[in-house]
Amino acid sequence: MHWPFCASKCPYCDFNSHVRAGGIDEARFLNALLRELEHWAALTRGRTVRSVFFGGGTPSLMRADTVDAMLDAVSRHWPVEAGAEITLEANPSSVEAGRFRDYRAAGINRVSLGVQSLDDAQLRALGRLHTAQEARAAIKVARRTFDRFSFDLIYARPGQTLEAWRAELGEALALSGEHLSLYQLTIEEGTPFAQLHARGKLIVPDGEAAGCFYDLTQDMTDRAGLPAYEISNHAAPGEESRHNLTYWRYGEYAGVGPGAHGRFMAGGNRRATSTERNPERWAALVETGVHGMIEDVPLTRAEEADEALLMGLRLTEGIDLGRLAARTDLAPADHTINELIGLRLVQRSGPTRLSATRTGRMVLNAIVLQLAQSFVPAKTTQDTTG
Amino acid sequence: MTDINLIRNFSIIAHIDHGKSTLSDRLIQLCGNVSDREMKEQILDSMDIERERGITIKAQTVRLDYRHANGKTYQLNLMDTPGHVDFAYEVSRSLAACEGAVLVVDASQGVEAQTLANVYQAVDNNLEILPVLNKVDLPSADSDRVKQQIEDVIGIDASHAIPISAKTGQNVAAVLEAIVERLPPPKGNRNAPLKALLIDSWYDAYLGVVVLVRIFDGSLKKGQKIKLMSSGATHQIERVGIFRPKQEMLAELGPGEVGFFTAAIKQVADTRVGDTVTDDKNSTVTPLPGFKPAQPVVFCGLFPADAAQFEDLREAMARLRLNDASFSYETESSAALGFGFRCGFLGLLHLEIITERLEREFNLDLITTAPSVIYHIHLTDGSKVELHNPADMPDAGRIERIEEPWIEATILVPDEHLGGVLKLCQDRRGRQKNLTYVGTRAMLIYELPLNEVVFDFYDRLKSISRGYASFDYHIKGYEAGDLVKMSILVNAEPVDALSMIVHRTRAESRGRAMCEKLKELIPPHLFQIPIQAALGARIIARETIRALRKDVIAKCYGGDISRKRKLLDKQKAGKKKMRQFGKVDIPQEAFIAALKMDEN
Repeated sequence: MHWPFCASKCPYCDFNSHVRAGGIDEARFLNALLRELEHWAALTRGRTVRSVFFGGGTPSLMRADTVDAMLDAVSRHWPVEAGAEITLEANPSSVEAGRFRDYRAAGINRVSLGVQSLDDAQLRALGRLHTAQEARAAIKVARRTFDRFSFDLIYARPGQTLEAWRAELGEALALSGEHLSLYQLTIEEGTPFAQLHARGKLIVPDGEAAGCFYDLTQDMTDRAGLPAYEISNHAAPGEESRHNLTYWRYGEYAGVGPGAHGRFMAGGNRRATSTERNPERWAALVETGVHGMIEDVPLTRAEEADEALLMGLRLTEGIDLGRLAARTDLAPADHTINELIGLRLVQRSGPTRLSATRTGRMVLNAIVLQLAQSFVPAKTTQDTTG
Repeated sequence: MTDINLIRNFSIIAHIDHGKSTLSDRLIQLCGNVSDREMKEQILDSMDIERERGITIKAQTVRLDYRHANGKTYQLNLMDTPGHVDFAYEVSRSLAACEGAVLVVDASQGVEAQTLANVYQAVDNNLEILPVLNKVDLPSADSDRVKQQIEDVIGIDASHAIPISAKTGQNVAAVLEAIVERLPPPKGNRNAPLKALLIDSWYDAYLGVVVLVRIFDGSLKKGQKIKLMSSGATHQIERVGIFRPKQEMLAELGPGEVGFFTAAIKQVADTRVGDTVTDDKNSTVTPLPGFKPAQPVVFCGLFPADAAQFEDLREAMARLRLNDASFSYETESSAALGFGFRCGFLGLLHLEIITERLEREFNLDLITTAPSVIYHIHLTDGSKVELHNPADMPDAGRIERIEEPWIEATILVPDEHLGGVLKLCQDRRGRQKNLTYVGTRAMLIYELPLNEVVFDFYDRLKSISRGYASFDYHIKGYEAGDLVKMSILVNAEPVDALSMIVHRTRAESRGRAMCEKLKELIPPHLFQIPIQAALGARIIARETIRALRKDVIAKCYGGDISRKRKLLDKQKAGKKKMRQFGKVDIPQEAFIAALKMDEN
């Protein structure tokens, strides 16, 4: 569920987020979300909900009763698995932390806090509105309030030294619960950071330096018992984000709200959906029709195979090539796999499972490209039971 | 048929940008041949490339009717000739069709090397030269200095040079007057057997091959059976006409006249520039002098970037050759680049034009390999082979000696850039023959090996002189040289399309430059890639491309997946554009970069 509004736009962010100085007609958006949710229920009848994720934007700007109404609708439309993971993304400001208890009452059982840094100067540079002190406090409230929580940090920031990151990550690990998301700063096209970067006014570690940052991060999180289960996500065993695992394991998900994407099976095909990005136009679409979708297309087998590969190899557990072959009739060529094994970039773990090694995960783009380019019709002898 | 005394045949000689096309346009306009509406800038340069580069590739003519103050109407045949050294032979044939030449010199720039070469040819052909100073309206114009320069360098009287501005039209009428008054009429005998010079020919989708001719003796009529003397082939004339510049059909062409004919000729290659056209039955005894078949001097490989386009490329080449017999091609196969063609060109500009036309007019994406010249290889068994492609170099043990073509180059350069140009010529194994001054500019005569010139010499010359140097050359002959084949190894495998023949003394610097350039152009792979230059088994230069360290995207969730898949598709397409060599993907630019390398 995508809540597309933010109090301000961060200069590095290219997500579908919008600032509305004049305020937001929350009731209107709630109604539209509920209406679109109903449409999704019709498309995915018979499925069970295993997780809900409120992302954005800044969902913690939503009133708790809005969240409550939406979760209520979810449970009316679908059976919800016992112990389903219900996550809400939140900013660690004191105002928002003040709403945590009400979110909990609405049914949220996990929060993911956009802490980003534990240094005030860095937070200002990243355009964040909260302070490090507020973030620390919000983490404490989250720990007290929810069953599970996670927070995000951005590293390899402009001017950041490896030593500074070591200290900051050390503090983060001390504050953390069972889950952490650690992102290297990415310069995204069309953002203010990209403009600065293009003009040489913003220099971020790249190549060798970026590799060192990543290595240090893996070493420290491994030692702290929060190893990477995905490129940028760390968790104690069993504490992975179940919702996000669905994306990486290429399961089915409904994307509700402006600019949301979905994947679901219908008529033997996997369909890809996306909705209008602009919040008001999306709401208008939903109000005149029943949904805000501007795209709902069946994927070809080759597209499916590409998506499964590029998502699955992000996971430490890797991808089940047997399942992939059963679904798409495609498999990466053996000689390509063997070449990458020879370079110690991928490994076979189990009869049909392929995963990237730690070194390999750093160059996953190139690996996925090579494997995707090597796709051949899957051998009939291949084990397809996985 | 016009009275021969009322005909004037002339061409315009000028350096690029000195205003040849603009003056042509003005002359055509003044004689009322085209309406203002039809007046497109540079009427005669009809190909896109010609118009864009401001150069003429194919010779063209236009007939003008000019009413002189004396009351008589004259037939003026303006010959627009190619203006580049690559087409020197075509220029010489166009000049042979004229009695006079209008020499256009930019009044602020002065005489350039290329103008010199053409004007010397005109003088050699006994043409009357009519000097015209163009762009006199510019504040930087210095007519007196340029007149003096024309007299000093060309050795003709420039005191009556006509000052004009082709752009504004100022004084252009005086040029027409002078053409009638100062250029001689042609000579010819109407009753003698047909003798006509084949000036140029091209393929027209509607008319077939169109042949441009200048009649010396006799006449050319529809229905007449003619013979092309070099091949003995006969054809029946279908149409006879002239260009104004629009086509206009006529009953016949007589002595002194310039025009075209068509005769159901299939290929341009059957009509060779400089050939003599005569009557099949009543043939002339003596063909016109100076005919020689086109001889390619520069060779390179052309490969389709997408291997699936090989047949398209073959078809495109055949189509181009229909219109340009001076360009040759034969199938070539390369381990690195797959199937393609080894092509021969008259020079580097010709090479550029052909590749550009292939890409533009036929929508092909091409990989061009480093240009090479023809080497004469004398083998120890006494035989001699002509080497067009470095990949075909025989084993060193079998070679007795290698000879390479040398040129004599004329370079005009402002004094302040002379040092740089001298160094460039020296670096390229040049031998200085002469150094004189033409006003404030040095005129250098150098002998240079052609293989050093085809290798980005012109680009370097332009950059060293900030564009002020001009350059012209002609082939001088073959000389033995200490030449070796340099191989380039990528990931320990030789890449045939990158190998080249170099002088031993230049091998190391060329090899180093090549390795450095490739290091820049080949993207990092998942493994480290050594790049080496080698003479035989001996490595003379080496660079290493380090393995890719990190390229993974930090964030990728459900909402990113479509975008990431599209990115993956783009990357796949990008990779397809590269040439896989062993395990290494080499981008197309790497092959082209071998042509343009800065060794300094």
